[in-house]
Amino acid sequence: MYQFSRARELLEICEKQNLELPDVVILSEEEEWGRSRDMIWDEMECKLRVMENSVRKGLEPDFKSTGGLIGGNAAKLNSYLSYDSLGGKVINQAVAYALAITEYNAAMGKIVAAPTAGSSGILPGVVIALKDEKQYSHEQIINALFVAGGIGKVIASNATLSGAAGGCQAECGAASAMAAASAAYLGGASPRRCVQAAAMALKGLLGLVCDPVAGLVEVPCSKRNATSTANAIICADMALAGISSFIPFDEVVDAMFRIGNMMSDDLKETARGGCAMTPTALEFAKTFRGSMMKS
Amino acid sequence: MASIFDIIGPVMVGPSSSHTAGAAKLANIARRICGEKIRKVDFYLHGSFAETCRGHGTNQALLGGILGMNAADERIRDSFEYARDFGVEYDFHFADLGDVHPNTVKIVMTCTDGSVCEMIGASIGGGEVRISSINNTHIEFSGQYPTIITVHQDKPGIVAQVSTVFAKHKVNIAFLKVFRQWRGSEASMVLETDEEVSQTMLDEISLIPEIIKIVFIDI
Repeated sequence: MYQFSRARELLEICEKQNLELPDVVILSEEEEWGRSRDMIWDEMECKLRVMENSVRKGLEPDFKSTGGLIGGNAAKLNSYLSYDSLGGKVINQAVAYALAITEYNAAMGKIVAAPTAGSSGILPGVVIALKDEKQYSHEQIINALFVAGGIGKVIASNATLSGAAGGCQAECGAASAMAAASAAYLGGASPRRCVQAAAMALKGLLGLVCDPVAGLVEVPCSKRNATSTANAIICADMALAGISSFIPFDEVVDAMFRIGNMMSDDLKETARGGCAMTPTALEFAKTFRGSMMKS
Repeated sequence: MASIFDIIGPVMVGPSSSHTAGAAKLANIARRICGEKIRKVDFYLHGSFAETCRGHGTNQALLGGILGMNAADERIRDSFEYARDFGVEYDFHFADLGDVHPNTVKIVMTCTDGSVCEMIGASIGGGEVRISSINNTHIEFSGQYPTIITVHQDKPGIVAQVSTVFAKHKVNIAFLKVFRQWRGSEASMVLETDEEVSQTMLDEISLIPEIIKIVFIDI
């Protein structure tokens, strides 16, 4: 049996059977859905292709989102970044890719929800930047996506992945935890270290609210993808340096869920709080609705 | 237990799984339920669907779904043009549909033969949907599983006859619900299955005399 709903169980299976994280995730999928390893692998390859395409399209400099609030930021960062940029090349490249996907998503481009459309930039941003910058193999990248899937499954089983139910911590927080584990895996971390990276990444984003301006998946969503991407890489590096989270991952997930339940509905995707209620946002929302009703 | 591809997936046209992907899925289900060539479609948007519909491409996604485009079909962006090419008229209305989920839409389809078909459903998050009414009859299903919907005479033994066909083809029924407006009226059965449903099976069910109509949805 390879089924797990807790990270603790996932790690036990890895350690007892001497398996890597992606192996257990694939085996559990085979077991539960009766599909072959090849079919599962191919489907993940398809997902990676869509991710890579959305990065490429999103880096083009001139398109606008349907709400008109974002677009072109990925191209700006992409032409600015270098080994000399303050955050270094890898982090900035990952952030540029994350911005690219979220901008493409907001322009009705085709993306992979990972785990949601609103947080779709983070995981591909991290793994594709690591692939480009560190020359990890195609196979390693696919395996890294399975690691992310395993972490996401633990969060889905014990909390939520929906901003409407748990706030942005459940979307960008979850995606950042998934991406942190992927990055740590690529960096050569043990399964236990990968889960540590995820714990630190999610912990860092606990309490993050979902407050979309005019209800659109644009502001602050796109740049929250950017910061959550950097968060994932930093936490992976901390895990690789041997730093551990005092609170175990499973408990961080429980805390995230409880925080989501305590959060006011005004801060859960309804656009009735936070950034969405600032004077600038309200002014935009008024003109935006007006123009939409007319057209 | 969730599949890994519910976490890393679905592949979809942005920007929102509930306002775009879910909308396309709802309209696709409506199209299957209607089953006839659609001449005109009216969308009645409620709550959050009405408020942020254009910014989320909800209208393009709904119309695209009626034209048979799925949530990952990039033609959704240009569905207004496609509708004109296909000769399908469309109109969007803001409506108060009562005490329903904030992302609810009523889809009214007028067919080329003059018949009218109506469906109400909600996009409940992550691209998942719930259908709550067909032609003013309360009904409940999600479209997550291959689904058969019957319209049949409300008489004893119909459920047994239909389930016999399932048993014969070794297809497991995951969920079965029966709905009717009043005793002896036309009734509906919703069967959600674990396995694929073959055309032979659908034909055998249609041959049961009390079955007036069947619809098969697999999206």
